[in-house]
Amino acid sequence: MNQIKIQNLSKDYFDVKALKKININITEGSLFGILGPNGAGKTTLLRTLATLISPDEGTIKINNIDVIKEPRKIRELIGYVAQEIALDKILTGRELLDFQADLYHIDQSNKLERIELLINQLDMQNWIDRKCGTYSGGMKRRIDLAAGLLHLPKVLILDEPTVGLDIESRNIIWGLLNDLKKDGMTIILSSHYLDEIDKLADTVVIINDGKIIDQGNPTQLKNKFGGDRIILKVREFSDSLESEKVKKILEKIDGISQIVINASQGYSLNFIADRDKDLITKLKVELAFSKFKIFSLSQSQPSLDDVYLQATGKTLQDAELYMTGKRDLKKESKQSMR
Amino acid sequence: MEIQQYNFIFLYQETAALTKRLFIQLKRRPSTFFAGILQPIIWLFLFGALFANAPKDFLPGVDSYGNFLGAGLIVFTAFSGALNSGLPLMFDREFGFLNRLLVAPLASRLSIVLSSFFYITILSFVQSLAIMFISFLLGYGFPNIYGLGVVFATLILLVLFVTSISLCLAFVLPGHIELIALIFVVNLPLLFASTALAPISFMPSWLGWLASFNPLTFAIEPIRIAYSSNFNLDLIALNAPYGDLTCRNCISLLFLLTILSLVIIRPLLNKKLT
Repeated sequence: MNQIKIQNLSKDYFDVKALKKININITEGSLFGILGPNGAGKTTLLRTLATLISPDEGTIKINNIDVIKEPRKIRELIGYVAQEIALDKILTGRELLDFQADLYHIDQSNKLERIELLINQLDMQNWIDRKCGTYSGGMKRRIDLAAGLLHLPKVLILDEPTVGLDIESRNIIWGLLNDLKKDGMTIILSSHYLDEIDKLADTVVIINDGKIIDQGNPTQLKNKFGGDRIILKVREFSDSLESEKVKKILEKIDGISQIVINASQGYSLNFIADRDKDLITKLKVELAFSKFKIFSLSQSQPSLDDVYLQATGKTLQDAELYMTGKRDLKKESKQSMR
Repeated sequence: MEIQQYNFIFLYQETAALTKRLFIQLKRRPSTFFAGILQPIIWLFLFGALFANAPKDFLPGVDSYGNFLGAGLIVFTAFSGALNSGLPLMFDREFGFLNRLLVAPLASRLSIVLSSFFYITILSFVQSLAIMFISFLLGYGFPNIYGLGVVFATLILLVLFVTSISLCLAFVLPGHIELIALIFVVNLPLLFASTALAPISFMPSWLGWLASFNPLTFAIEPIRIAYSSNFNLDLIALNAPYGDLTCRNCISLLFLLTILSLVIIRPLLNKKLT
């Protein structure tokens, strides 16, 4: 059953179109992954779901309740863990959870029980009574997650919850998310870590530049390619002209499809090859015939990054680097301030 | 989890939690609290000494400058505290903590405003009592119970008036630097353009006009009167250039200003908090 329905959702920040007619359905009790580089619109989408910003167009319904018309009802249903961890440095972790419980109107007896349970689940016993200002990144993230779970939300919204975390904290969070999913909680998780989404998500949507590129089950998305991912270089640093020539050669070979030139990786050629043991030999022969040598050739199972690459011509990592240079973080911070 | 259904209980629970947080912060970082008491006491000593030999007819209704100054310093303490009340909210905005409040199903987001108001009012009362007690030890008298009631009622109105403006500024200004700059610009000039340090009769005409429209003056004069032994609300508190104002008139004007400020800022707070 679709618990969350997002239809034609659009949001502009002055001249920037952050979301462009987004349509998503999320099944109850599933873990829904949102994958995309920084600046793709993931945070805007999650902040809209969390009632922090109003969309310019479109509707969102959670349990058939309109997020825009009845935000308070929605706030009772959701737990939101933001990308930036905002803790009060003066409070201890326990005081912060106590404060959060009061904001969610949890009664006294349940409050203490829930706080203790989460302290144990997230392994926070040794430092929960220290001031939040002394916490490491992993500790901060765990206390923030505990705060989001305190009132047992029906839907948990997590904006890049493991970014910059140590392996121990990441594993604890992944373990908890799996347990919550088993308990029937719907989880929406944004990330730019492919392995995280691949491992945890039942369904994934890939977003770029405010638009949905593709969505579905991660395995299905990868299987759509129907072969292996090959990365070919004819020289360490090739150029546009040369790679176009190679592309033309590749296009003529049966069993090779979806050829993309990746300019940011020395004009490498990325393509899908049928799982035919003679195909690589055929490829080498054709290239040699046109007087091209192979500098490097790697063969792997397709990943979610290939889905992204296929649609945009860039890998997620390259898109990250590109967006990092393009974004005005100061301006975005001001826009996000109420 | 079963969530209780009564909005009033919810409002109480969330306001209490928000207020408690402010007091925990105060307990762990009490320097501004003590500075808020220390500064007016230093002023009391220094200004008291500076004008100790002032002619007696310079100060209407009191027999020493220390007596005259006490009311001004009490009001200044409450005013400064209330003016700074927007700062914690501004920091919450800047560091994203406000989002934690905004995604919570608060019964009313008025609780964010109420908690700031309760906190500043209690703080001002404690600081004012400390100043009044030290003034008493210095021989500047102490109001009777009735007078004490007027002192606190006046302070509540002033705190509500200034706190609402400060919270409004915390949402309107881009950051804490701008808010602090504005507080610096407003704080002392408003004090000097009031009757805190000198009576209107001592001021040049233009400053007298300015002081007689200054909300601080409407708070200072009733408190000054509250210290007198024959206190009643109909005593003339202020000889303004536009006419005499009784103690009751001053408090009523302050009340009107408070209501007006709340009416003006309400749409903005609604917009920012929904």
